[in-house]
Amino acid sequence: MNIHEYQAKELFDKFAVPSPQGKVAGTPEEAEAAAKAIGSDTLVIKAQVHAGGRGKGTFKNGFQGGVHLIRSAGEAREIASRMLGQTLVTKQTGEDGKLVSKVMVAEAVDISHEYYLAILLDRETSRPVIVASTEGGMDIEEVAAKTPGKIIREFIDPLLGIQPYEIRKITAGLGFGKDEGRQFGKLLANLYRLFIECDCSMVEINPLVTTPDGQVLALDAKFGFDDNALYRHPEIVAYRDTAEEDPREVAASEHDLNYIGLDGNIACLVNGAGLAMATMDIIKFAGGEPANFLDVGGGATKEQVVAAFKIITGDPNVEAILVNIFGGIMDCNVIAEGIVAATREVALELPLVVRLEGNNSAAGKKTLAASGLNLITADDILDAAQKVVGTTRAA
Amino acid sequence: MAILVDENTRVLVQGITGSFGGRHAQLSLDYGTRIVAGVTPGKGGQVFEHDGHQVPVFDTVEQAARETGATASAIFVPPPFAADAILESADAGMDLIVAITEGIPVRDMMTVKTSLAGADSRLIGPNCPGIVTPGSGPESTGGCRIGIAPGYIHQRGKVGIVSRSGTLTYEAVWQTTQLGFGQSTCVGIGGDPINGTSHLDCLRMFNDDPETEAIVMIGEIGGNAEADAAQWAKDHCSKPIAGFIAGATAPPGRRMGHAGAIVGGANDTAEAKKNILAECGITVAETPAEIGTALARAAGWD
Repeated sequence: MNIHEYQAKELFDKFAVPSPQGKVAGTPEEAEAAAKAIGSDTLVIKAQVHAGGRGKGTFKNGFQGGVHLIRSAGEAREIASRMLGQTLVTKQTGEDGKLVSKVMVAEAVDISHEYYLAILLDRETSRPVIVASTEGGMDIEEVAAKTPGKIIREFIDPLLGIQPYEIRKITAGLGFGKDEGRQFGKLLANLYRLFIECDCSMVEINPLVTTPDGQVLALDAKFGFDDNALYRHPEIVAYRDTAEEDPREVAASEHDLNYIGLDGNIACLVNGAGLAMATMDIIKFAGGEPANFLDVGGGATKEQVVAAFKIITGDPNVEAILVNIFGGIMDCNVIAEGIVAATREVALELPLVVRLEGNNSAAGKKTLAASGLNLITADDILDAAQKVVGTTRAA
Repeated sequence: MAILVDENTRVLVQGITGSFGGRHAQLSLDYGTRIVAGVTPGKGGQVFEHDGHQVPVFDTVEQAARETGATASAIFVPPPFAADAILESADAGMDLIVAITEGIPVRDMMTVKTSLAGADSRLIGPNCPGIVTPGSGPESTGGCRIGIAPGYIHQRGKVGIVSRSGTLTYEAVWQTTQLGFGQSTCVGIGGDPINGTSHLDCLRMFNDDPETEAIVMIGEIGGNAEADAAQWAKDHCSKPIAGFIAGATAPPGRRMGHAGAIVGGANDTAEAKKNILAECGITVAETPAEIGTALARAAGWD
């Protein structure tokens, strides 16, 4: 789940991680008021989208740049009016771009130095790890490749939390002076608290900056949240902006379907995440391109199968569908009935290949045969993949 | 011999009175598993009945273990309470804890794993289908089934299987059964980024198990577990290994169902892992349909 920059700032404010003053605005008037409230001479106005590369992006109305330096409240209003309600296309949004519903007006700060600071989960050690570097403001992967010695890693004991000596180690490693070091130490302690208390999977500040007047500020932030923990964070769930998500995925989540939309031509519906990934892989192996990942899980109901078919057939790129079920606990006949109902309900015209194996598969195959539906059955996964790809070639 | 569990293992089920836990306790009993107790706080004194079996339910794992001699626990407890359930079992001295639950917050698992370091309990999972040692009865009954795997696809035999997946594992089990090789033990280690038992842990155990003659290792994108296991196997494993890695077509940065199935960099893509496995002498199946035949090739049984 992603969040907007202004929401990230809300979290930072809540946990006392200092960042430049900023306010969110949904109308040009609000942008003007925000600029006045901040009261600085140099401000920046930034389109709020879940993507990077905003500065170099272009709006579909021709307006250039999703990030602008401004000098007055009036300018804030004017530029906001050219951004709000418009679609911004950046290198990361894809050519469809993203609709801008909010902008953030923030204090523009002078930068003395840019640092990198992140907290992630390290899978190898099962611990949070703090990653820090004096080489901020650039791609950290590049720093890791070119100057790995400039990356500090500190693994934290999850039972103890971050200790003062660990903060001192990192502060010293980044070469901060006394006063900035003190501020950085507080920021880091608070950031760690945020990471743990909000059940983040990742928080990345790039750049973290020092200013000529001696401040230490988080200038940009990227958050990842542990989906498994969202049940205990309604305040984070409230940040969700479904307008920024693939509408197919939004629809799927409403039916408790685990779905990821891709670009290919062959849709699949599978029980189990590992088998679903393997099914996508074998579709490609057989010469097709998977249109999605879809795991119906162990307890798929007829309603979910119908919902899944609707989402799949709503995708204009889909030319054929492969259903691959290994019934363990799942009863193949239940899936078969779901397929029959779904096929009728969406008036399916696309080729459909079904492979059922495992629990009650004989009954499932009978149900499909008796339905009179125009579908193709397959015995093993390779056969199924080859058949479904074959239908797109024949067409 | 098998590893970790066999037909004598006494099992207790935490969450047996819930519908999910109850259904699989029934299936495990049908399979011949020795389920000797259930634990649900507040429901101590109840009896879980199925097909002539009478399984006493206790309030705590400690009571259940003391009264019934259970040494393995199956955890069918919802995510908000599952970490606590794992810790309770460890505290009660369970040898084996199999956490089926999907959706435990990563932070909870971080603290659980740190707490368990140095304890005598082995944790498998979470977010796993469990562990099966097939029996010698019809449809492999008479063995030990902890978790949610279908029993009938198994066959008592000579292949050790370790996998992060559920249904993909069943494919491999089914293929090795149909080829007549059967399985010594199948371990589903689960799809979460932080888990109790790794591929490497299982390879070690299979390597030491006289009944296991060959090994199937199934992995997926995300993390270094398969690479670590392969590197160890190259120098230490005396048995042939076949492997499969799912997720070659997964887009970067997306969580593919399993919490742990997310590409972190260049090294944990499916392609990278397959290459490492092959370099370490593991026979890599190109498609999930060929896991059984890859194993036959690796072991020279074809």
